Amino acid sequence: MSVPEGLKYTREHEWIKVEGNKGRVGITHYAQDQLGDVVFVELPKKGRKLRQMESFGVVESVKAVSDLFCPVTGEVAEVNGELERKPELVNADPYGAGWMLVIKITQVKELDNLLSPSQYAALLKQAGGGH
Amino acid sequence: MRYIPNTDADCRAMLQAIGVRSVEELFADVPPAVRLKRPLKVPPAMAESDVARHLRALAAKNADADRYAMFLGAGCYNHFSPAIVNHLVLRGEFLTPYTPYQPEVSQGTLQALFEYQTLVCLLTGMEVSNASMYEGASATAEAVLMAHRVTGRTEIVMARAVHPDYRTVARTYASQLGVSFREVPFTEAGVTDFAQVRKALNERVACLVVQSPNFFGGVEDLAPLAEAAHAVGALLVVAVAEPIALGILKPPGECRADIVTAEGQGLGTGLNFGGPALGFFATRDKFIRHMPGRLVGETVDREGRTGYVLTLATREQHIRREKATSNICTSESLIGLMATIYMVTMGPTGLRDVALLNLRKAAYAKERLAKVRGVGLRFSGPTFNEFVLRTRKKPGEVLTSLLKRQIIGGLDLGRFYPELKDCLLVCVTEQNSRDEIDALAKALGGGR
Amino acid sequence: MSGTEKTVGTRGLILNEPLVFEQGSPGRTAYSLPPSDVPERKAEALIPKRLLRDGIPGLPELSEVDVMRHFTRISQWNYCVDLGFYPLGSCTMKYNPRINEDMARIPGFAKAHPYQPEEVSQGALQLMWELEQYLADVSGMDRVTLQPSAGAHGELTGVMMIRSYHASRGNPRSKILIPDSAHGTNPASSALCGYKVVPVKEGPRGVVEPKAVAEVMDDEVAAIMVTNPNTLGLFEDRIIEVAKIVHAKGGQVYCDGANLNSVMGVSRPGDWGVDVIQINLHKTFSQPHGGGGPGAGPVALKKHLAPFMPVPTVEKQGNRFLLDYKRPKSIGKVRAFYASFGVMVRSYTYIRSMGPAGLRRAAEVAVLNANYILSQLKGVYHLPYDRHCMHECVFTDALQARHDIHTLDIAKRLIDYGFHPPTIYFPLIVKGALMIEPTETESKETIDQFVAAMKRIAQEAQENPELLRLAPHNPRVTRMNETKAAREPKLRWRPVS
Repeated sequence: MSVPEGLKYTREHEWIKVEGNKGRVGITHYAQDQLGDVVFVELPKKGRKLRQMESFGVVESVKAVSDLFCPVTGEVAEVNGELERKPELVNADPYGAGWMLVIKITQVKELDNLLSPSQYAALLKQAGGGH
Repeated sequence: MRYIPNTDADCRAMLQAIGVRSVEELFADVPPAVRLKRPLKVPPAMAESDVARHLRALAAKNADADRYAMFLGAGCYNHFSPAIVNHLVLRGEFLTPYTPYQPEVSQGTLQALFEYQTLVCLLTGMEVSNASMYEGASATAEAVLMAHRVTGRTEIVMARAVHPDYRTVARTYASQLGVSFREVPFTEAGVTDFAQVRKALNERVACLVVQSPNFFGGVEDLAPLAEAAHAVGALLVVAVAEPIALGILKPPGECRADIVTAEGQGLGTGLNFGGPALGFFATRDKFIRHMPGRLVGETVDREGRTGYVLTLATREQHIRREKATSNICTSESLIGLMATIYMVTMGPTGLRDVALLNLRKAAYAKERLAKVRGVGLRFSGPTFNEFVLRTRKKPGEVLTSLLKRQIIGGLDLGRFYPELKDCLLVCVTEQNSRDEIDALAKALGGGR
Repeated sequence: MSGTEKTVGTRGLILNEPLVFEQGSPGRTAYSLPPSDVPERKAEALIPKRLLRDGIPGLPELSEVDVMRHFTRISQWNYCVDLGFYPLGSCTMKYNPRINEDMARIPGFAKAHPYQPEEVSQGALQLMWELEQYLADVSGMDRVTLQPSAGAHGELTGVMMIRSYHASRGNPRSKILIPDSAHGTNPASSALCGYKVVPVKEGPRGVVEPKAVAEVMDDEVAAIMVTNPNTLGLFEDRIIEVAKIVHAKGGQVYCDGANLNSVMGVSRPGDWGVDVIQINLHKTFSQPHGGGGPGAGPVALKKHLAPFMPVPTVEKQGNRFLLDYKRPKSIGKVRAFYASFGVMVRSYTYIRSMGPAGLRRAAEVAVLNANYILSQLKGVYHLPYDRHCMHECVFTDALQARHDIHTLDIAKRLIDYGFHPPTIYFPLIVKGALMIEPTETESKETIDQFVAAMKRIAQEAQENPELLRLAPHNPRVTRMNETKAAREPKLRWRPVS
């Protein structure tokens, strides 16, 4: 699966889609594939302030657990409540229905620190995970 | 040696296959400076018959509940264990398997633990239980840590009527994490002082810890304690050192406890000089992800057959490592199995009947002993199978003279409570006959 | 399955059995109680009615026959050491001698109360004191606390003592160094004591190199937690130097003693510079695993840490043994009473049965058996560290991965051959790890059968990989849906309302 265009990426395999002054955040296809079947996602409350690369929660599969890192400094505006009942959405549709939170971006310049789709693809190739 | 099958000939064949001349070569990485150059300072090996003789001689130096009238409780209870319990847990299939990480070959252990978890919930009235912890005191300490994690608060209020060892262990565990403790005294009724509890509770308190029946055998009124704790956003942790009491007492779950811990030893597993024992840990569904310990869950295999697996392991140390809910790995599965067999052997009527027998025998003893000259009841409130006597003579001297008559009369409370240094804690179970109780009364009265 | 007449694994006489709650019938009983010899007063006359319960709904009503059959049937679904080989690395699944069970059940031990007077508990106290002497000599330490109830419990106790030791010198310190290959209980125990974990990478030879430790060692480091031999089955041959580096800045050396079976009577942690070590009695000293406990994790320590031991300790004065509570610097207690005493009886009996030569031979044969397996499977499976091992060896699935067969598949297929799988995916630093520890109680024939099975599986990986992916085929149940178990937790039976 190719790396979707129009998104920015972190080295920890989160993606962010900028929508005006907000950003929608989730984890990449590679990340969900590495984890295996997701069984639980721990997400922050609305209003929580986060710095770039601060851990905002945790995603659990049967055998592993991974911290989730916020791509950009801001305040949590929305959280995907569906994931509580249907954590499998993260596996089935990581860039769509498996979104995790929407953040109101307060440090727009930080987006420049993130990886472009081709840079993320290169990272995956190094990790042996691009296909 | 009978536990090491390979003979010298077997060893030689293997050395040859490996391509070395001696076992010494396989230890080449061990620096010569740290090689032990003498035999271990352990006595020479004994044949099985001699080992048995030696151990029996050691055991003969101990008093035990078969040869002495046992009136000691204090967190370790002398209850009957039906023969079937021992016979089943001596089966190699229960005694010698590993932790059930490979579910296909561990369904016996896993189903038994699923049944154990269910029974703990039924007995305590709680929603979910783990697959056991080491014993009651450390389980209670882990409950304190969990309350601290869940609420984010750092103050703990503990009833002084909680078992002294439980309070010590909670402090030992939590003091490493900057948590502070406050104790609430007991009243003349022998239960926790409710007014003092109210005073001690505030928004910095993570949990209130009480025990019921408490260390003195007193039955605590849990519902108002739960309400008081919840009113300030704190959790109620209830420790049960004598689970036989739950055969008739209202379970803490029905009184809105948030976490229930217990010492399961009394459920047919024996005194064993204090261990191995069995820690219950039960809570509400909403706290599942914060629970320590293993959890067994039901699922299906690829062909749709019902089976059981260890689950929600991401809370545990082997995955979460330093962020785990606890460091616990090995727990008390086999002792949990003993308690499971005991509970289904007794069944609902058996558990109720044995609890009633305890209550009645203790009530008889309480009345009888309180009438002995120089002896009186210290507390006025209702008790289960333990109660406190005040003695005119020093409790230590009383116990010494009782010992001469093959009676282990109870616990000198001065050992743990300076304010009760003239008191004895006496426990009466279904194992004490009326004759034994009468003999105790006679001996206390100075009669022969 | 073809050509398996000579294999260990086969199908057996296994019955189905529902949950105990789904059985029985009203009025059936399995218990007996003597009639009351005291007045049969009503419960409500003695305890207020509102504090009493209304029965225990859901508890099944069974006869003794039902109970016996239920547990006998489900017991037959378990693999166990009595049945066959468990090559589980770091678990030391050695044979559990039955004399130990008899000794633990002698009434003088099984029916003694911990608070009964010391003068009539001399046998129990003497056993504990002597066991302490034996464990101290095996580990090369000065004192031993028998109080911890499991390995992880011992680690926690050890780290607490280290913390108190540093606190008594003015600063509890804030960090603990832990190699990446460590068992998860190591960082978890450190975190429980409020320490930050600083990882230390193993060097290319698979052992901790002094340079890597020197780089991170400072006077905020309370301790390093090492495992020796480590979880790769290798002896940490630089440990003496590492200990010196840590000691030079006032730190303590904690050793995870899970792998002690490999060096008993050969070399002693105390001589390597270790300050404190937990000993897993359910590994090295033959306490049965019981499907997940009881175990015990006594902690041996050097005398500078003795003041911090949990109370009470067992002391000898002349001919008498006594419990010492007068230890003002003690960390407190980690469990009620004194120890998992029944476990002490079993390990004590084991040590008296083995003697010094037996214990040493156990270590030697454990190491020999492991190296024999290594020599036989080398080339069949990928060996990340091509050198002699100690009591366990680590292979990976790298050679089988080219057929899209992974460690899990190999493990599950072994079940069909009549063996419990080895430890898989641990240590975490080796991708697709298969950790094999035979212990000294396995015979050469058993090991040869295991090796033959592993070779057949490697062949099947090439010729018929699907067979492995669908394994195991023989047990009553096959691979479980663990995702469903985690997504829809069903952790107890519920009465149908």
